[in-house]
Amino acid sequence: MTNPRLLPLYATIAIFLVACVICYAQFPYMASTRVLGNLLTDNAYLGIVAVGMTVVILSGGIDLSVGSVIAFSGVFIAVLLRDTGLHPLVVFALLLVVTTAFGAAMGGLIHVLEMPAFIVTLAGMFLARGAAYMLTIDSVPIDDPFFTMLQKAYYLMPGKGRLTLIGVVMLLSVVAGMVIAHRTRFGSSVFALGGGVQTARLMGVKVGRTTVGIYAFSGFMAGLSGIVFAIYTGSGYPLATVGTELTAIAAVVIGGAILTGGAGYVFGTLIGVLTMGLIQTYIVFDGTLSSWWTKIVIGGLLLMFIVLQKGLLRLSTARLAGGAA
Amino acid sequence: MLTIRSLTKRFPGTLALDDVRFDLRAGEVHALLGENGAGKSTLIKCLTGAYRPDGGEIRLDGAKIAPRSTSEAQELGIGTVYQEVNLLPNLTVAQNLCFGREPRRAGMIRTRAMTRAAQDMLDPYGLDIDVTRDLGHYSVAIRQIVAIARAVALSGKVLILDEPTASLDAREVKMLFDVVRGLKARGLGIVFVSHFLDQVFDLSDRVTVLRNGRHIVTEDIAALDRLSLIEHMLGHALETEVADHATSHDAVIARPEMLTFRGMGRAGVVGPFDLDVGQGEVVGLAGLLGSGRTESAEYLFGLRSGGTAEDIKGPIPIDTPRKAIAAGFGFAPEDRKTDGIVAELSVRENIALALQARRGWARPMPRAEQQRLARMYIERLDIRTSDAEKAVGDLSGGNQQKVVLARWLAMNPRFLILDEPTRGIDVGAHAEILRLIHELVGEGMSLLVISSELDELIAVADRVIVVRDRAHVAELTGAEIRADTIVRAIARHDEIGEVA
Ligand SMILES: Nc1ncnc2c1ncn2[C@@H]1O[C@H](COP(=O)(O)OP(=O)(O)OP(=O)(O)O)[C@@H](O)[C@H]1O
Ligand SMILES: [Mg+2]
Repeated sequence: MTNPRLLPLYATIAIFLVACVICYAQFPYMASTRVLGNLLTDNAYLGIVAVGMTVVILSGGIDLSVGSVIAFSGVFIAVLLRDTGLHPLVVFALLLVVTTAFGAAMGGLIHVLEMPAFIVTLAGMFLARGAAYMLTIDSVPIDDPFFTMLQKAYYLMPGKGRLTLIGVVMLLSVVAGMVIAHRTRFGSSVFALGGGVQTARLMGVKVGRTTVGIYAFSGFMAGLSGIVFAIYTGSGYPLATVGTELTAIAAVVIGGAILTGGAGYVFGTLIGVLTMGLIQTYIVFDGTLSSWWTKIVIGGLLLMFIVLQKGLLRLSTARLAGGAA
Repeated sequence: MLTIRSLTKRFPGTLALDDVRFDLRAGEVHALLGENGAGKSTLIKCLTGAYRPDGGEIRLDGAKIAPRSTSEAQELGIGTVYQEVNLLPNLTVAQNLCFGREPRRAGMIRTRAMTRAAQDMLDPYGLDIDVTRDLGHYSVAIRQIVAIARAVALSGKVLILDEPTASLDAREVKMLFDVVRGLKARGLGIVFVSHFLDQVFDLSDRVTVLRNGRHIVTEDIAALDRLSLIEHMLGHALETEVADHATSHDAVIARPEMLTFRGMGRAGVVGPFDLDVGQGEVVGLAGLLGSGRTESAEYLFGLRSGGTAEDIKGPIPIDTPRKAIAAGFGFAPEDRKTDGIVAELSVRENIALALQARRGWARPMPRAEQQRLARMYIERLDIRTSDAEKAVGDLSGGNQQKVVLARWLAMNPRFLILDEPTRGIDVGAHAEILRLIHELVGEGMSLLVISSELDELIAVADRVIVVRDRAHVAELTGAEIRADTIVRAIARHDEIGEVA
């Protein structure tokens, strides 16, 4: 008998495979490393930020600030590269310090004030967006030579597909997220918080420290995602990535995590992101469909997963009542 | 080795601990006793960093300690099983057992080593389960054993057990006691809280009694007998103890049949079984944990569907709890924490809850009526609370259980199922509850009582059904209802012969 907690993950993978088969049946050309490379590149920033979001959601929290933080990051990088002589790597490091500290501060507030994460990160969302506007209100292009080099860095896969640097960064982020969430004590504490704060405290979880760590991690991933997004678009724009936090949450849920926390897999989130990307690619290939179809399909998938989770919950409580003694 | 001096803890409206002292020697089992709400759990929580005391000092091996979190207490070598089973259902058994002490290499948890460690930890309890499954998959009893195993592994110096045996059966209790004796021989100090006085006399070396947050007495167990111990706990002698209260089982009284259940259950879960319940009859359900006792009750209450019910007027639909409640059934479940109470609501609201559900939400119950009910049951069941508006979650464990009982009693159902009704309830209140049961039955209510405590079943039941291996294997009536016959039926049914 398989572990019921794995079922949503299997469902996610099954849906992804079905989507692949449908795409292949319609457009055999889609089964190429080129499409794969683009899929990874186009969704790199989303994948990275969704890894951070997964950890937050596993702990039973939510982080609404990440979309704004990505936009802030792009503007921060663009403006600093334009106005100062700093090397891009130094700017990246500075940015990551800022966004991590920003996340940590939100985590601290959530813990100390015992406020819902929803409210605190909602405030964070407005703050970060506002900070981006304060730096500039225009789209600022980035034309640093080192930066251009990063944009062009790729590995040519067999079949002429390009595995870009940012695609690799995304895959590495997922691996890092998997290790952190599933193989470290910090990760165990995250799951423990998702299972119940009171109980977690009695089991010896350092609740404050873990909460700060969770939102700091999400802030870091949002910053990293911002860097990747800046490389991807080659500019910084304060109005960019509006609503990305919601897309990330959708990816996490489609990836099989439970929105109330305590159950889910980082790997599932990657599949969630790729599924959403695949739908988009399909629509592009088709050419006649409006891009709104992406949203509609994603909405349908989300609903399906929520129903699936409810069903599983029923099933597991029924089985519990049926009680293996 | 552990000394507590003038410990004080205040909650809004209650002085939970008032100048309490307590000593624990290495190599002893020290029982901590007292009525529901006496302050036992609060003392333990102050000791383990879950609460911050308002005054007093705690010394471990002569050094002053003031743990600010449970993890700090764990690092000091204090392992604890809290009264509420305090593990995480969404983690695996192994993760729960090793939480905070996972074997690691380069910061990464070694899953396989953890699985092995977890299996070793469960070994002394004879529990052979798949530790890589979620804890939530297993029954309350298994969760309790896992909690105990975890605490034992954490306790380098002190092991604290707050009502660890509440959901265990005799065999598991014996296993636990063997483990505890082994630890005692290794020089650990063990604090043991229980309302089962037999277990206290069996296991402990010394006893400390608290009453209303005050230290009353500390004595060698040998210097105390049962009655004087109860007197210390209650502050007065108990007029009638449970066993004296037994109804005479000499005659099998013929009763008008009220409810007939046919074909309840489903293969693999329990039964199917038939059951007739007379008006004013108390049917006892005995059996080991996991034998199918609770499942039987769930079929009768429509929590599981299968089988039909009928009274003299015709069939009654009971395929959902709603319909069962509408038909005048009640069910006070075993796991009060998840099924029984709404911790955030007040005592008054919790008591009124089921009655309100039956009236329908469109017709709210007048507040005065709710208050009258709450006051009545607070008095009848001796619920220790500063007032009826206190959140149930802030009551002591035993008092929460009384609120669950009060809720169903307030509905005045014609058929009430009580699953472990007196778990965690002190001797004084225990006697009072049994008295109340007799009174209700006298008024014509029918009861199904599930209990691991044979004395309790013998005291209240007119008929005892024994459940074993997911089937109803025997039915005892009248003079057959004795501890030895029940135990024999639980162990092997072929000697009794009668199969339901
Ligand atoms: N978090 C809390 N907030 C307010 N009051 C509390 C809280 N916890 C306990 N109390 C009160 O402190 C008193 C002592 O409770 P405690 O849980 O220590 O009792 P206990 O001796 O463990 O009883 P039981 O045998 O029922 O478990 C009770 O009156 C209870 O209502
Ligand atoms: Mg208690």
